Amino acid sequence: MKEIRIHARAGQGAITTASLLGYVYFLKGVYAYAFPSFGAARMGAPMNAFVRTDTLPVLLKSQIYEPDYIIIVDETLMRGFNCLSGLKEDGIVIINSKEGVDLALKPKQKVYTLAANDIALKNIGRPLGNTALLGAYAAATGEIGLDNLTEAIKKKFSGKIQDGNIAAIKEGYETVLKNKKG
Amino acid sequence: MKEFLEGSIAVARVVKLCKPGVISAYPITPQTHIVEELAQIVANGELNSQFINVESEHSAASVVLGGSAAGVRVYTATSSQGLFYMSEVIFNIAGMRLPVVLTCANRAVSAPINIWNDHQDSISLRDAGWIQFYVENHQELADYHLMAYRLAEDKSVMLPAMVCMDGYTLTHAIDVLDMPTQEQVDKFLPSYKTSYKLDVDNPITMGPLADPDYYMEARYAIQETHKEVIKLIPKVTAEFSRVFGRSYNGLIEEYQVTDADKVIVAMGSVCGTIKEVINELRKKGKKVGLLKIVSYRPFPVSEIYESLKNVPKVGIIDRSLSLGSFAPLVSEIKAVFFGKNKKPAVISSFIVGLGGRDITKDSIRDVFGLMTSKEKACEFIDLKPELLKEEYE
Repeated sequence: MKEIRIHARAGQGAITTASLLGYVYFLKGVYAYAFPSFGAARMGAPMNAFVRTDTLPVLLKSQIYEPDYIIIVDETLMRGFNCLSGLKEDGIVIINSKEGVDLALKPKQKVYTLAANDIALKNIGRPLGNTALLGAYAAATGEIGLDNLTEAIKKKFSGKIQDGNIAAIKEGYETVLKNKKG
Repeated sequence: MKEFLEGSIAVARVVKLCKPGVISAYPITPQTHIVEELAQIVANGELNSQFINVESEHSAASVVLGGSAAGVRVYTATSSQGLFYMSEVIFNIAGMRLPVVLTCANRAVSAPINIWNDHQDSISLRDAGWIQFYVENHQELADYHLMAYRLAEDKSVMLPAMVCMDGYTLTHAIDVLDMPTQEQVDKFLPSYKTSYKLDVDNPITMGPLADPDYYMEARYAIQETHKEVIKLIPKVTAEFSRVFGRSYNGLIEEYQVTDADKVIVAMGSVCGTIKEVINELRKKGKKVGLLKIVSYRPFPVSEIYESLKNVPKVGIIDRSLSLGSFAPLVSEIKAVFFGKNKKPAVISSFIVGLGGRDITKDSIRDVFGLMTSKEKACEFIDLKPELLKEEYE
């Protein structure tokens, strides 16, 4: 079982991200359970979305406290709140950040940052970095392939939005690959 | 075909396959995506149904009451305050023997205002005469809607059915399920026909005054019918299995109960989390199990007795309260064993996950840990003591 926790603000598309990531796992032929947790429905409020995936049907319905992977859609959430709480000893964090961040990590934990909003603005025309972050997730974790992600996008979107998101995924993916090598 | 769907969307698509002629709902909080999706399906012309938007849940329930009285298959969905606002009509629907199917997306009730999940809404209407199913996961929520229609409309039953699915945990979660096909549904669920309906050519009166000479018999009849429902459920699940290839008991589900010395009794999606914890504890050699109650109304007394009679320690998880008394499920389970020779030595009571408080693996481990030889009367799990200390003048 792998557990992924997404940190975002309401309105930034975290539910779509979780559902898309769950869908990618589903297309790969494994089980996934994706769900949000939010407070009062208010734009900008901090919220989480979660994906739990396994080769067997997912039984556990609780939120995720010890994630294997964390995706932070909005780095301002890291001010005053520990987005990394419970991260596994060898966990991986993907952060949407222009400047890069300085984190106190355990030896085997890894962090990858990318300016996902810039990538989205360039490729989709809107600063919604979710698909770029999923591309980064694929490269950082090796859990899913670029081809799996592209297939999911093709099934969910069409036309210009599809093309833009595929380009964003690819750029997110390559940014992390470069990062890994460098 | 396997699909990856949000719980609410799955319900809407399954209801579509049941072809209700009238759907009515009040479209704002605490409503879910279920009726939003159904409205879209009807607007797209994919379902020939009258979708009637109304000004309140009381009216939504009244519209489906009317539709059902006119001999049409009907559907509505609601939650918490909305269900309560329907409650007067809910009792009428059962009393008039109308096979309405309603989805309750289980949520807490006010005050304080809380939109999150527990079972207080539907449990509070347990006495209304409706059949109530509590489902654990996406596959069950799809399948039990089909069985709900089939049972409710059976000529020997003619009672409404409520499918209770946990708010957020199931309604807003996306999971994998095998979606029934139209062909399968048509095979399992014949179109609805009734001899008793409002018809201007053959006028009858429905829901009239019943004075003291008649009222008790009408209530007795419903009580008796619930006994028939208990017998009918296994037949319906057997037929369901023949058409869809998925088997259910329909009344209860036992998970690792046979040799267990500690068994939790629970309803709804928390059963998934409990199974996960049981799997972990079993690996460590702990003999623990789960009895899931699926049909809360009718209450499967003899099935519960048979399942638990040799279990030394039983812990009941209630996700609602009867404030000022024992919690609903525990009082009924204890009633099953009163005066019996074989019974659990201890039946403890636990209150878990009210108002959406997350039920973690630790919450369930705590429950198993507290199931000692000392009975717990009404133990609240995951309470925050610091919040109880605050005082106001």
